Amino acid sequence: MSRRSEPPRPTASAADLAFRAILAVVGGFYVVGLACLLLADVAYLATTGGAPAAPLAPLQPVWNTAHALAGVFADPNIRHAFVLTIVSCLVTTVLSMVVAVPLGYLLSRARFPGRGLVDAILDIPIVLPPLVLGISLLILFQFWPFRLVSRQIVFQVPAVILAQFTVSAAFAARIMRVGFDQIDTRQEQVALTLGCTQARAFWSVLLPQAVPSIVTAATIAWARALGEFGPLLVFAGATRMKTEVLSTTVFLELSIGNLKSAVAVSVLMVAAALAVLLIARSSGGDMSETTGFGGRRAAR
Amino acid sequence: MIAVTGLCVKSGDFELRDLTLEVPPGRYAVLMGRTGSGKSTLLEALCGLRPVHAGSIVLGGRDVTRLPPAHRGIGYVPQDRALFSHMTVRRQLEFALAVRGRAAAAAGRVAELTDLLDLGPLLDRLPAGLSGGEAQRVTLGRALAAEPAVLLLDEPLSALDDESWASACDVLTRVQRTTRVTVLHVTHRHEESRRLADVAIELHAGRLTATIPRSPQEALPR
Repeated sequence: MSRRSEPPRPTASAADLAFRAILAVVGGFYVVGLACLLLADVAYLATTGGAPAAPLAPLQPVWNTAHALAGVFADPNIRHAFVLTIVSCLVTTVLSMVVAVPLGYLLSRARFPGRGLVDAILDIPIVLPPLVLGISLLILFQFWPFRLVSRQIVFQVPAVILAQFTVSAAFAARIMRVGFDQIDTRQEQVALTLGCTQARAFWSVLLPQAVPSIVTAATIAWARALGEFGPLLVFAGATRMKTEVLSTTVFLELSIGNLKSAVAVSVLMVAAALAVLLIARSSGGDMSETTGFGGRRAAR
Repeated sequence: MIAVTGLCVKSGDFELRDLTLEVPPGRYAVLMGRTGSGKSTLLEALCGLRPVHAGSIVLGGRDVTRLPPAHRGIGYVPQDRALFSHMTVRRQLEFALAVRGRAAAAAGRVAELTDLLDLGPLLDRLPAGLSGGEAQRVTLGRALAAEPAVLLLDEPLSALDDESWASACDVLTRVQRTTRVTVLHVTHRHEESRRLADVAIELHAGRLTATIPRSPQEALPR
């Protein structure tokens, strides 16, 4: 029995090959650079530090890396920052999604006066310089009614979450809006004719199909919260054992000349970001569709 | 029955003006018109998916002009079918009863629709795995599940090949004869009108230009 063979592909012309090569070189330069960026951090940790005991000498790079990361966790300040980072990012992600899903839905489906203005306001956290955003938050809490709770929020842990949320929710809302835009409204219309209220059509028909966008939005919200620095520094401060998160740890460690610790914390943050990205992609998130982040397209 | 009187619907620059039509109860009406003539706009207005600027719509003996789509007692089959892509065929058939709080009756109704539309092998499949003809039957079943007084079909056969088209016509005829539902079927193909219509209506440039009532006996043999 003859084996089925692949049909022959048309031969690409020299011009086509040259075109693809140029694209690959230009794009590849950047991608390789990004990969080198991460590898350099790990390589720095692997090559810095004292020699291990004799039996472990061949494993010196691994020893050095583990030693640097262990050193990070030995510091109670950084342990506190690590816990606050994880907790604040989770709270921020949940709050961001609570806002992003309805806002994305309204911008995608509803036509109301001032819709363009709402859309533009949503861009503020995305386009505003981070420090300016922090100062704006600081100033906002000098005015009524915000100043009533200023003492409980500004330079306290809630400020960390609020600063992260301000930026993360805008990104999440943008992603949810694009996600809802990509789902045809006809299915909701049919659901209405079948007896649904608008809310029931939203919950039963639209939302289940928006799961990839929800996972993507939550992932991006988490990643933005993790990387938040400027507004945090201004609005929450960088007080050790209080409002310090990992991004401020990197800054604080650098400012006292402890480059090795700063790099170790950076590697830790990269690992945390990659872990969430991998979890999101394996649970149905679609990074390519709404953000260009990743490459798989979810089946619809 | 379907009774539309002096209906005016605006959609951007396009306007349907002063439309009046009547489809007697239990009849199969086919509304013909060229692409862009406003057939789908009219159907969407009947469904309650487009605001009506003037006139009235009576479906199954009730004035539904100001009622939301959920309370109009209609089954709607859009041109692109719009099957719920995350639901199995069984859940699509149960959907209309579930949202009306009649989940207990769903199993029996699904069995009836399965027999009527030959959906047995499809019940546990998702829409993505269905052929054009299968998807068309599922869409019909979903629309009929809550036993609507009126069935509104927007070019339901447009995506089918000739063989599937003929068999889908037979399905539509069988369904209408079995359920006695009043049907308004929108199409641009005269062939469908000749084959299916008890009442043939033509829509041209936003106005009804001809209404040709025909008795079922005059229609082609089924």
